[in-house]
Amino acid sequence: MRTFIQRIPVPITAAGPSIAALTLLVTLGAADGVAQNHVGQYEQADIEFGARLYNTNCVRCHGESGGEVAGVDLRGGTYARAESDFELMRLIRTGIQGTAMPPNDFSQSELTGIVSYLRTMRDVDLSTVTLGDETRGRGLFAGKGACASCHRVGRNGRRTAPDLTDIGAVRTAANLQASLLDPTGSMLPVNRPVRAVLADGTVLNGRRLNEDTYTIQLIDENERLRSLDKAELRELAAGTTSPMAPATDVLDEQEVADVLAYLLSLKGLN
Amino acid sequence: MTRQTLIALMLVSLLPTGAAAQVTFERLLNADEEPENWLTYSGSYSSNRHTKLDQITPDNVEDLELSWVFQAGSLEAFQATPLVVDGIMYLTEPVNNVVALDAKRGSVFWKFEYTPSSDARPCCGAVNRGLAILDDTLFLATLDGNLIALDAVGGKPLWQTTVADPTEGYALTLAPLVIKDKVMVGVAGGEYGIRGYIDAYDAKTGELAWRFYTIPGPGEPGHETWENDAWKTGGAPAWLTGSYDPDLDLTYWGIGNPGPDLNPAQRPGDNLYSDSVVALDPDTGELEWYFQFTPNDPYDYDSVQIPVLIDFPDGNGNTQKLMLWGNRNGFFYVLDRESGQFLSGTSFVPVNWASGLDDFGRPVQTPQPPGATTFPGIQGGTNWYSPSYSPETGLFYVSAWEAYGSNFEPQDQTHVPGRVFLGGRPANPFGAGANVPGLRRGHINNWTDAAGGGAVIAIDPRTGQQRWRVPMTDVTSSGILTSASNLLFTGNREGHFHVMHAETGELLLRKTLGGMIANGPMSYMVDGKQYVAIAAGHSMFVYSLRD
Ligand code: HEC
Ligand code: HEC
Repeated sequence: MRTFIQRIPVPITAAGPSIAALTLLVTLGAADGVAQNHVGQYEQADIEFGARLYNTNCVRCHGESGGEVAGVDLRGGTYARAESDFELMRLIRTGIQGTAMPPNDFSQSELTGIVSYLRTMRDVDLSTVTLGDETRGRGLFAGKGACASCHRVGRNGRRTAPDLTDIGAVRTAANLQASLLDPTGSMLPVNRPVRAVLADGTVLNGRRLNEDTYTIQLIDENERLRSLDKAELRELAAGTTSPMAPATDVLDEQEVADVLAYLLSLKGLN
Repeated sequence: MTRQTLIALMLVSLLPTGAAAQVTFERLLNADEEPENWLTYSGSYSSNRHTKLDQITPDNVEDLELSWVFQAGSLEAFQATPLVVDGIMYLTEPVNNVVALDAKRGSVFWKFEYTPSSDARPCCGAVNRGLAILDDTLFLATLDGNLIALDAVGGKPLWQTTVADPTEGYALTLAPLVIKDKVMVGVAGGEYGIRGYIDAYDAKTGELAWRFYTIPGPGEPGHETWENDAWKTGGAPAWLTGSYDPDLDLTYWGIGNPGPDLNPAQRPGDNLYSDSVVALDPDTGELEWYFQFTPNDPYDYDSVQIPVLIDFPDGNGNTQKLMLWGNRNGFFYVLDRESGQFLSGTSFVPVNWASGLDDFGRPVQTPQPPGATTFPGIQGGTNWYSPSYSPETGLFYVSAWEAYGSNFEPQDQTHVPGRVFLGGRPANPFGAGANVPGLRRGHINNWTDAAGGGAVIAIDPRTGQQRWRVPMTDVTSSGILTSASNLLFTGNREGHFHVMHAETGELLLRKTLGGMIANGPMSYMVDGKQYVAIAAGHSMFVYSLRD
């Protein structure tokens, strides 16, 4: 819980201007810190994803060592033409005009991967099983993982959980891994499970799609879109526990890595 | 032609032309006395955003209906407050077009089109907040750093002057302020390592009358609050319109953040006059006093908010000349506007960057450990949205972001002219993919009850205590207007236009306009009918009572 400044205001004196001494008592709770990505710290899943993209897109010119273009050392972690990660992403996207460095059409999550890999190329360990096999992952998604019993990809699966058709383009490898291992900890606020009791006592369960001060929109258990007027509800609650179990409940480590590789391949209409 | 006829012709041309609006300085001084018009950005020099019009009341507000809509031909955010002069509305259409409209019907008389140069690189959206008028001349400050005088009747430019160089990151987004025979503007660009300034130009010729640098140069008092060359790239823009007290003959301006925004280690010292209010002599630009809200700011807590000037009865038949300030840093301040003395300060949203203010109003800073969340976050407890003060209720009203935080991670950065100079990035405390409210809202609210919410807060300046608050699910970026009939008009990001009772906060009317409201509602009267104008999304909606 956070505690904040207690206010002890001092009135403006009635007898003309004067400096009113103000004492503000404080109970400063360290605002409950959520774990952060610190500058210079990159996630293994992003690095491995980036390594794959590097091998298919960059290695032919820059080489495995990152040092095969004259005057360019990609392993160094710092670059003449780009300082921040943001600038590096822009450089990779636009290429360098007038040189052989080509423009690339990468999604944000792919750029995050490539930059994570470039920055850590020198000392990264790629022998972990964070990122597995895409084809095996596809099978697990529909089969043993039972992901499709809640999620939809293209025309297959249910819609009660978020549609994952383009999830690989909109989430980074590290985000997706976190969603698989700790669904509650990485649940987006908008996706919270909602329980609403209507005026006539009907109970509606669903996933939140949107909300404003007066209304809430959700998709119910029967995959229907519902919009509710808050003032007309008997009860309304949005839960903070994800209806999804950690993927490790049903899959082993290698299988989770395979599903992750599959999710990263989902980039919308192909 | 005889000499006599020539002289006669010259004399005629010196007379006011026909029925054209002549908004003299005298009229600007007494703007309060003609509530049917809205003559300056904040409605009057004291910037109370309060109208004496009282046709719309708590009893009949339900009968408000849409009179007309102006649809902008641009998808930029609509942040301008229109001017209304004798039945004619002057409005900037985002970004820098100007339209003159029939304030009763919305029909357009003329449109001045201006496309800012592609050199303009505003940090935070290509916005413009409106115009100023003197006599029959309108003044427009453009995104690419120009000040343009326009003929209010014909809509043609009279002069244009360069205020600032956009390639270095300077921009103009504010409505200018006219005082006497001068037009004042301040620059934006605090995210680019500029050195900020406020300029005054001769309203007739466009010639520079004076410049006040918001960062003192070598030898000037205050320069010692900077080390090395940090002052050269220290930011301190002035991107919102100031206020004016004609009796003291002082103009008050809020100054923005120091640069690089988030890395105070690169600019040790208090960094005057960043995050301060300055009181200037409008004739010379000389500094009379200053008060700094956030010394050595690491959080981008620009203090450009509108200075609200009130004369407060002290109980002995005298009045205190006060300045009220709802600051982006989360504190509400009361200052003596004659001396700049700090009178009181209280937080109006959760604050943990400071444990309080000392006797002189200086914050006792309590930086949060790495990875922890600082409140308020980078957009602040409030921001550019105009507050309001109602002499009827004696309350100050502000749009606030409550329990909204950011994680700050400073980073050393080399300044390159014209490139963003932030010195780090605010991190999202709520995990990847979860949005936190930013400058603009999309259609999906992906931060609900995780990252704070919005509220309209009524503060009693005598105690600093909240009298009432109306919370909202999403944050709010709307300005506030109050009326002599105890109404409060505002909006929110969800696209709702709200009318509340100014005494209680009771919601009297809600209209769904379907687009983010990012400007201040204003009011005027034509042919005996009161109108309220509010922009939402890319259109401006004008309401009046059903006949
Ligand atoms: C067709 C050959 C080619 C391919 C493919 C290629 N590059 Fe390059 N890249 C170059 C050349 C040549 C340069 C040097 C340009 C110059 O500055 O003259 C360069 C420069 C760069 C630089 C700038 C280095 C610095 O120090 O500023 C980066 C970063 C970079 N490449 C990353 C990548 C990445 C990541 C990929 C894969 C997505 C990639 N490149 C693919 C040829 C290529
Ligand atoms: C019982 C239903 C259910 C099952 C089974 C399930 N999920 Fe989920 N999943 C959800 C719900 C509901 C959410 C949204 C709330 C959240 O983020 O936890 C979600 C969220 C996600 C997200 C994050 C989406 C985003 O927008 O960030 C991913 C990725 C995901 N699931 C993948 C999977 C995979 C892969 C499987 C199979 C191994 C799986 N889910 C099985 C219900 C389910």
